[in-house]
Amino acid sequence: MEFTRRDTLGLALGAAALTVLPYRVHAAGEEAIQAFTGGAELKEGGVQLTAPEIAENGNTVPIEVSAPGASAIMVLALGNPTPGVATFNFGPLAASQAASTRIRLAGTQDVVAIAKLEDGSFAKASSTVKVTIGGCGG
Amino acid sequence: MASGVKPRVKVPKSASAGEAVEIKTLISHQMESGQRKDSDGNTIPRSIINRFTCEFNGEMVIDIEMLPAISTNPYFQFEATVPETGTFAFTWYDDDGSVYEDSKEISVA
Repeated sequence: MEFTRRDTLGLALGAAALTVLPYRVHAAGEEAIQAFTGGAELKEGGVQLTAPEIAENGNTVPIEVSAPGASAIMVLALGNPTPGVATFNFGPLAASQAASTRIRLAGTQDVVAIAKLEDGSFAKASSTVKVTIGGCGG
Repeated sequence: MASGVKPRVKVPKSASAGEAVEIKTLISHQMESGQRKDSDGNTIPRSIINRFTCEFNGEMVIDIEMLPAISTNPYFQFEATVPETGTFAFTWYDDDGSVYEDSKEISVA
């Protein structure tokens, strides 16, 4: 099979579009982060996200978030059709700024936790979870 | 789905003043994500519990905003400080406007 100039250009464009696509998927996640932090810088550390490395069933993936002194923690699954998972707001009687729950993941992806710390700064932690069977009912 | 929703909460019966107690909550709910399709290919509309709160004697312990990525039968585990004898009030808010409530007493020795 011979490639003409036109074919080659077409292929190059297709490849370029493929590499750009994942960013578009992330755009909704970026917006959610923007809305939560107001554009503040995210530092590493200060928040912990515990998630399994491999989840056989994407319908119930146990996760745990913890951020000492945080007033709120937002959890995002960047590879889901809608990236938002939950936002935990801790009140004055919360003994520890930690909670665990079970979430749905559509496929192998990064789960991100962003904590709003006491001093008003934001911290971020992420964890990659490999999902064998997706949890969105395709 | 407003039928067959049953909240279950596990709280210790007693604690010492200022102690941190572990609370586990589970509520049976389908949590329809709005992503699934039925056998005819029509999208099943979203129907989830979108908020959960836990208060102790009127003071907030935790307030969780929930989105469709929370699993069926939402489960939460967290810790609360118990300053005095009182009641934990748990509230779940459904998309369809229903509110499910449960409460647990705890005594401080």
